[in-house]
Amino acid sequence: MSADDIIRLEHGSGGALSRDLVEAVIHPALRSEAYPELTDSSPLEPGSDLLLTTDGYVVDPPFFPGGDIGRLSVLGTCNDLAVCGARPFSLSLAITVEEGFPVERFRAVLESAAAAARETGTRIVTGDTKVVPRGKGGGIFVTSAGVGKRVFPHRLSPAMVRAGDRILVSGPLGAHGITILAARESLPVGGTLKSDAAFLFPVASSLFPLGESLRFMRDATRGGISAVLNEAVQGAAWGIDVEEEAFPVSAEVRAVSDLLGLNPLEIANEGVLVAFVASESAGQALRAVQSQALGKQARLVGRVTEDHPGSIIMITKIGGKRRLDFPRGLLLPRIC
Amino acid sequence: MNGDRKLAQELVAGIARAAAEIGRPVKLMEVCGTHTVELRRQGIHSLLPDGISLISGPGCPVCVTPSGYVDNALALAESGRAVIATFGDMLKVPGSSRRSLSGLSGRGVVKMVYSPSELIRIAKESSLPVVFLAVGFETTIPTVVSALLDARDAGIRNLFLYTAFKVVPPALRLLLSGPDHGIDGFILPGHVSVIIGPEAYQFLEGPDGRPGVITGFESLDMLLGILLLVRQIQRHERKVENAYPRAVKPGGNPRARAVIEKSLEPRDDAWRGIGVIPGGGLGLRFELADMDAEKRFDIPPARDVEAPGCLCSLVIAGKAVPPQCPLFGRVCTPDDPVGPCMVSSEGTCAAYFRYSRQ
Repeated sequence: MSADDIIRLEHGSGGALSRDLVEAVIHPALRSEAYPELTDSSPLEPGSDLLLTTDGYVVDPPFFPGGDIGRLSVLGTCNDLAVCGARPFSLSLAITVEEGFPVERFRAVLESAAAAARETGTRIVTGDTKVVPRGKGGGIFVTSAGVGKRVFPHRLSPAMVRAGDRILVSGPLGAHGITILAARESLPVGGTLKSDAAFLFPVASSLFPLGESLRFMRDATRGGISAVLNEAVQGAAWGIDVEEEAFPVSAEVRAVSDLLGLNPLEIANEGVLVAFVASESAGQALRAVQSQALGKQARLVGRVTEDHPGSIIMITKIGGKRRLDFPRGLLLPRIC
Repeated sequence: MNGDRKLAQELVAGIARAAAEIGRPVKLMEVCGTHTVELRRQGIHSLLPDGISLISGPGCPVCVTPSGYVDNALALAESGRAVIATFGDMLKVPGSSRRSLSGLSGRGVVKMVYSPSELIRIAKESSLPVVFLAVGFETTIPTVVSALLDARDAGIRNLFLYTAFKVVPPALRLLLSGPDHGIDGFILPGHVSVIIGPEAYQFLEGPDGRPGVITGFESLDMLLGILLLVRQIQRHERKVENAYPRAVKPGGNPRARAVIEKSLEPRDDAWRGIGVIPGGGLGLRFELADMDAEKRFDIPPARDVEAPGCLCSLVIAGKAVPPQCPLFGRVCTPDDPVGPCMVSSEGTCAAYFRYSRQ
């Protein structure tokens, strides 16, 4: 990036430009030699079994069907730990709120965060509040950090992935992003559409018995499944083949996406994880996830291949082949 | 196997049989940008036999708008004499200096609209004249013109159109008049044909014509369109067929056509990459001259200047494919585009980049 570049909304959308910002600006400035990898959470110190993660939440509107910013800030941070093989236990919350925000709604955010903490078996143990002048904030922003204890002993990383591995998606795609969009734009969509915000530890831990056959997991938030798979495949010695039809998408999400020209594979989720598992354990992995309440619609969607390293080829519904690229352009700002 | 995949296989087998009988390479041009995107998104190219190649034509309205049009819009916005209103896809199109309207968006002189119906509100709220960048083919023209007429009826006097309306048939006629066009048939645009009707392509059945099939946008529609085209070529026929009858009716849409004819008249118009096409554009009729931004603001004719190294003009004319461009995927990407074919989501380069990049 050059000196006169500015931060664009696209830098926050979870797609190609978000990755560029991390790689070209953030990582060079903050990288520590002891932590070369870009992961969702990292050990408190090298070799530690205590993992630390943090995440910022700017979702607009802050209250939406299926959740609110308080619930999201707890679940999202817990999920970042869960997909790294850790059980979350302590959280912090830092809230930036704009002058004029109703105390009643502020309290509702906190109560919702507390309820989500109970649901996840975590405690919110510290926090901070800042108030910014009217018109200088975006209503309410929440930043949470979380600490978890590693309960899965093996390394989880794209570096562990091997040709032949299968790719599992734990649930239907796109519900969160489409719900936020519908709430924000007052789209006339069906009443059953709601965010999929959920605690992913039960699904993640159902895969722990796979041992080393579980290679890598990620929760598919901003940029959707497409961003997760493209990040994983980038620079790898392997590529990915996926079947368009295998991806679970609800009829409602499908209908709204078609209407708006959006691709459900690029839409944010808050309760879906992607797992890379060894081919011989794929059946076991699918059964394990499908036995979980959140995982009933889990599917195996693709496999890792030595052909076309670094890229993803999608087999379309009619059997054609095309590339599945990083999400690009302005996706949906303030989606989580 | 799902039903669509089975049907697709049958259509592909039919295409392969016809292609084998033809016994030489066949080049089909998809005229419409939506086809360019959908053909690649559905992976249709990967299913076709080697002898059949699909090339993209001048079917993306943003792409065929000359860079000088953007220069003129930039100059008008910066002069402080008017506010520019535009659809989002024009915002990022670079002018000849590589600057685009999106660079001015912080200054309040450029407004993005999702629908022409917003124009009345924007004009009412603006103390300055509002100039809408009226870029589009037959598909969007009636809606834009209707919004303009509504504004006029509502007594709004500060809304103007800077027209770069383009019409498809003259462009095809011009492409066919070139000596080495190499085009064996046209996948004709579905949406445009809904408005203008199959009759508008009658000239394709004449001496210099080529087979044409009006085609829908589902994957099976597109395979059917290709099959009908190669069958015509195999039989040495030259007909305009309608393979999208559920949307395209004889005569097109008379109401939409009446709106166009009442308000606009054909004019010779510069297309990026192709040059001036006789009757290739539509301008406001004399009766609407008081809403014509070109007259009101003395806008000069749009020059067409290409960014150095950019092959958009050849890509638009179907004479080059994006990977042949030295900028493609290196300097020019959807996040930082050089030419309009990469800016527009319907542009050939953007479709290649997203779905077919190696």
